[in-house]
Amino acid sequence: MLRVCLKGANAAARKCLCERAGHPLQHCRRYTSAGDSGSVAGKIVAASLLTVGGGLGGTILYAKWDPKFRANVEKNVPYSDQLFGMTLGPPPPPVVPLPKKPAKVEPLQISTLSEASKESKQPKVKEKVKAKEKEAPVEPAPVAEETPAPPPQSLEAEECKECAHESAPALQERPVEEVTARLAEQDKAEQDTLASLTAGLDDTLGSSAKLTLQAIGAQEAALAAIATHTQKLKEAMDSESPPDRKSSQWRVLEEALSERNRAVDNAAEALLKAKGELEKLKGVINSAKESKIDTARPQILAAEENLHSMIVDLDKVATKVQTAQSEAKIVSQYSDLVNEAKAQFQKELESIAPEIQANWRGLTGKLSMDDLNSLIAHAHRRIDQLNRELAEQRVREQIHVEKALEQQKLEDQKALEQALATALEHNREEMRLEQERKVQEVRDVMEAEMRTQLRRQAAAHTDHLRDVLKVQEQELREEAQQVLGSKLLEQETHFRKLSQEQLDAFTLDMNAAHARLKGIEEAIDSHVVAEEEARKAHQLWLSVEALNYSLNTAGADAPTEPLEDAVRTIKEKCAENEFAQALTLALPEESLTRGVFSEASLRARFYGIRQLARRVALIDETRNSLYQYFLSYLQSVLLFEREQEAPPAKLAPEDLDTFKLLAYATYSIEHGDLELAAKFVNQLRGESRRVAQDWLKEARLTLETKQVVSLLSAYANAVGLGTTQAP
Amino acid sequence: MADEHGRKWDRCFADSAVKTVTGLGVGIVLSVLFFKRRTWPIAFSSGMGFGMAYSNCQHDFRSPYLLHGHMVKDQ
Repeated sequence: MLRVCLKGANAAARKCLCERAGHPLQHCRRYTSAGDSGSVAGKIVAASLLTVGGGLGGTILYAKWDPKFRANVEKNVPYSDQLFGMTLGPPPPPVVPLPKKPAKVEPLQISTLSEASKESKQPKVKEKVKAKEKEAPVEPAPVAEETPAPPPQSLEAEECKECAHESAPALQERPVEEVTARLAEQDKAEQDTLASLTAGLDDTLGSSAKLTLQAIGAQEAALAAIATHTQKLKEAMDSESPPDRKSSQWRVLEEALSERNRAVDNAAEALLKAKGELEKLKGVINSAKESKIDTARPQILAAEENLHSMIVDLDKVATKVQTAQSEAKIVSQYSDLVNEAKAQFQKELESIAPEIQANWRGLTGKLSMDDLNSLIAHAHRRIDQLNRELAEQRVREQIHVEKALEQQKLEDQKALEQALATALEHNREEMRLEQERKVQEVRDVMEAEMRTQLRRQAAAHTDHLRDVLKVQEQELREEAQQVLGSKLLEQETHFRKLSQEQLDAFTLDMNAAHARLKGIEEAIDSHVVAEEEARKAHQLWLSVEALNYSLNTAGADAPTEPLEDAVRTIKEKCAENEFAQALTLALPEESLTRGVFSEASLRARFYGIRQLARRVALIDETRNSLYQYFLSYLQSVLLFEREQEAPPAKLAPEDLDTFKLLAYATYSIEHGDLELAAKFVNQLRGESRRVAQDWLKEARLTLETKQVVSLLSAYANAVGLGTTQAP
Repeated sequence: MADEHGRKWDRCFADSAVKTVTGLGVGIVLSVLFFKRRTWPIAFSSGMGFGMAYSNCQHDFRSPYLLHGHMVKDQ
């Protein structure tokens, strides 16, 4: 279409151009038409070729760009699809909308996955999940089947999802039995590990608890020992008891000290052991955590809590012990200092008054004045010294105190930090434990919820199953009924067929016998009938012969006698012969009343008619003046022809001439064929026909009668022949 | 029919003879009485007589072929 348009446009453009160029071109053309015509024709050819090529190329390019246009052209223009196929390649396939199933399935997947991951404890539910997934489409099914396999190993939902997403692309559906077996195995394994874990946990817990208690006891003992020791020390230092009691005190003190040391060592040992055990417990807990069995979780949690509390207690007791120790250290330091001061004083005293005995407090009565004076002087000096020292000491004390304060501050700080750290640790640990507890609670709640949902799902599933089963049952029942019905029908038809066959055979036999009987009867009857018929035929024949005879009574120019009598005879005698009756009815009235002419008379008359017909041959409806009469008479006189002429098998239009017809008729009548002659005479037209009408009528009558009579006689003969029985 | 034809001719001839002779007679009478014994009335009337006879004869021969039409007025 495009090409046509382009061509038209081109032609129009050219015409336009030519018109615009107009007259000069015409003139030119006239002068140079001869020479230029070739180039003009060439130009025209080139232009048309260019147009066609351009049109084709444009169409092909556009079709390449727009597939719809291509389809359109292919539909409308024949063989264009072949051209496009050659140049552009096969047409692009129609765009199919992508299925939305994966997107729809994904949320289902995740939800089922999360549900499945959360609910992994009870195998029953897992099986239900499996069964449910079996009915679901194939995609979620293998995924869901795969994910119950990983969840027993992975507790966290996030990991589950990752697993699912990772395993989703490469899935294979496992058979139910294998999956259940695997699940059973996994469950068993899980149970085993759980059992072992719990056992381990319990053991370690027990041992650590024991050790911790021991440690705590030891610590407390140490604490008590330290306290007693300190107390004793204080007592020993403060009290002014007599020497023997002092020594006993000191002894007691030493004992207490040794006791304290031992207790402290014990405590330290126990602490170490307990700490070691706690570490072990921690290790076991961690391993238990790593084994990642949900069921152990509360136990693990409890163990952790225990561990934590144990650690806390241990720490507390340790700190107590430490404080006690530090107090004891202070006290001991103080006692040491005091002892030192005492020793020093003693030494000084000894240096000053060597004779003074160590235990100078009981010797107040033995002293002299010198000794006393020296003693007092020494005492004064000592007092001064001491005062100075005191002053110094006071000064230093400030510094010391400040230093000590600072140190104390530092130590306090450190202790604070440590305490803070430990407290923080403890807090953190507590928070963690609480969080874990909360998590556990939430998990429990979620599990419970999921269980209810799953229960609901299971209920829905059972309902659906029930419905499906019902439908299936219905269908199967119907099918069975149908089959039964068809089989029954088959059997019935078979039975019926057999019975029918039997009946038919019997009927056939009966019919045969009946037929034979009938045949015999008929034969007898027919014999009778035949005889009757023979008689009748005879009658008929006689009557027809009579009729025939009456036909022959025709004179030369007179008709036969009326055939009425003969016909009446026939009618009477052969009243039951319908054919004869009909035929008798077919006889023309004229023949009955007046009789018919014989063939000979008709033949004789014919010549007169012939003459007359020849004379009025020219007269017809249109040309019938007297002059025509004269002319036709003249024609008949002057026309020479054969009197008789054999008629052809077929009449041609030129044979319908009066003279020819009359010649044929004469020939026929001479050869005895009145019928043919009558036919020919019937073909006459105009006045000739009118003239021959009479004769024709007579001829017809005769022919009819003869026909009927011949029929009758033939019939009578036939009947007679029929009834005669061959010997 | 053939007889009819013959009869027609008989009538024709008879008629023409009669009419011509009658014409002749009338012509003679007329010519004698009114036309001063000229010849032409005789020829004329005999001719008339023959003509009438001819016409009659022709009509007689034509009579089977004559169609009588009826004018039907639309009412």
